[in-house]
Amino acid sequence: MAQNRIGGQTIVFTKNPPKITSRASIVGKKEGEGPLAEYFDKILEDDLWGEKSWEKAERRMFIETAQMILKRAQKEPSDINYLFAGDLLDQIITATFGARSLGIPYYGLYGACSSMTQTISLGAAMIDGGYADHVLCITSSHFCTAERQFRFPLEMGVQRPPTAQWTVTGAGGVLLSSSGEGPCITHATTGKVIDFGIKDANYMGAAMTPAAADTLKAHFEDTGRGPQDYDLIVTGDLAKYGRQLTIDLLKKEGYDIEDRYIDCGCEIYSEEQDVHAGASGCACSAVVLAGYLLKKMEDGELNRILIASTGALHSTISSQQGDSIPSIAHAIAIEKKG
Amino acid sequence: MESLDVKQKKINEDYQKYANSITPRSNIITNCIMAFLVGGLICTIGQVISNIAKNYYNMNTEEASATTSISLILIAAILTGLGLYEKIGKRAGAGSVVPITGFSNSIVSPAMEHKREGYVMGIGAKMFSIAGPVLVYGVSASVIVGLINYFFIK
Amino acid sequence: MEYIRAFITGGLICVIGQILIDKTNLTSARILVLFVTLGVVLTGLGIYEHIVEFGGAGATVPLPGFGYALAKGAIKGVKEKGILGAFSGGIMATAGGIAAAIVFGYLTAVLFDPKSKK
Repeated sequence: MAQNRIGGQTIVFTKNPPKITSRASIVGKKEGEGPLAEYFDKILEDDLWGEKSWEKAERRMFIETAQMILKRAQKEPSDINYLFAGDLLDQIITATFGARSLGIPYYGLYGACSSMTQTISLGAAMIDGGYADHVLCITSSHFCTAERQFRFPLEMGVQRPPTAQWTVTGAGGVLLSSSGEGPCITHATTGKVIDFGIKDANYMGAAMTPAAADTLKAHFEDTGRGPQDYDLIVTGDLAKYGRQLTIDLLKKEGYDIEDRYIDCGCEIYSEEQDVHAGASGCACSAVVLAGYLLKKMEDGELNRILIASTGALHSTISSQQGDSIPSIAHAIAIEKKG
Repeated sequence: MESLDVKQKKINEDYQKYANSITPRSNIITNCIMAFLVGGLICTIGQVISNIAKNYYNMNTEEASATTSISLILIAAILTGLGLYEKIGKRAGAGSVVPITGFSNSIVSPAMEHKREGYVMGIGAKMFSIAGPVLVYGVSASVIVGLINYFFIK
Repeated sequence: MEYIRAFITGGLICVIGQILIDKTNLTSARILVLFVTLGVVLTGLGIYEHIVEFGGAGATVPLPGFGYALAKGAIKGVKEKGILGAFSGGIMATAGGIAAAIVFGYLTAVLFDPKSKK
């Protein structure tokens, strides 16, 4: 059996646990009016940011987030061994153009909204395995680019149901390093594609919850830990109803996470912002992690957290052909050592 | 072809029922009232335009009807361009989708959206991405009605 | 008064649409198709004419009204031109609306830029 595996889906970083040595987050206007506004590094005044298209605006957020992360760590792109990145658009085009700009050896990943923990999982393995000293993990999403691709034109008069979620406009990321100061990634639990047959793209929370519950359960089983071993358990973007479903599904398996569980999709916007069920998008868990959660860890308010970004892996065509929405969740455990 | 085993199918069914049970029903009464008011208002405006066409411009019924359609299409196009139709649609639901203004909005919105992909393949090609089916099914059905009339009704 | 009848007829047709939106998973695109087809069929059956008599613009402005115009045009075309009219009649009757939609759609797209939502 491979040396650093425990259980069926989890790997543990014991040789050289990667440290999060830098982080940054940029968000759009609506997110900047939400309850976590003070934790983000930059808030855009408008979602076009002076660019010719929203796709270009998303790219600019991605690139500037990367630049902020590097500046904070006093590093150049040439110091970085790998860039792991992804986004929601076809051919992960935002990440590609970001990688082109940065000139770092690049692995593009598609995990939909699970991109943040997905990229960190792989980046961490590269460092612990002795294959890299510095890995940049970034992801982005944009409300307008996502709506265009997956749903309806923006100017069309559609009514969103109460279960609908609002794609976060933003970019977030971290720098993982083999040396230096910062919270450590200790474990990564890789998710499987889980599909409980939900077909309604307006109820993503329900589609993704089984994946989140499955990965969290696998993490607890593999590590022998329980919810009480963590100060906070976080999921990416299940939003109001998905969050409740997750609590219930895990209770059935014997894990009660309710008293220490938040979902990023519920945290980014306030009730007054009328986003119905909550937030979604790759940037959802990315900016909450990079902006809010890691700050709380730096300040000593949180010592050990478990975060699982959740992604709905459908395509624009699969839904039209009547397929259900397969989903995935990847979990990472972050701990402040020393 | 994968087939789910019976146990997983049952798990899926139970889960879907449960997931649906915890969601609030979007307030159907309020939605219907808003749809009624907005839809009714748009139609009344149409009636006003039709009467003006008939009484001041001496148009016959068909001409007045065409004038009404064109006027409402223009109004909806402008409102869509200004970003206002989307705001109305949020509250009005079917009240803004069902009248011909909704048809206009469904043409203008993808046309605007895809401007950045160019004037031919962007605006030109995508304009009917949502309303196209209306023409396909409407025209086809009318041809069938015409043919039925020709062959069976004298 | 005819304005009240228009208001009520149009409002009711929209309420039917709203019930479909809330109770089923139909997207607005599918509802548009359903309503226009229903308008054609009901006109062919001679039913929609009565709704138009009562509701005026309340029956012609909603999308079934577009179907009504298409069907009426096809029937008229058949009377005037025979079988050729079945094909040309519908589009001829609604030509104004279709051309308007195309031209105004194009102009609006050229003149206005898409905006993000709040």
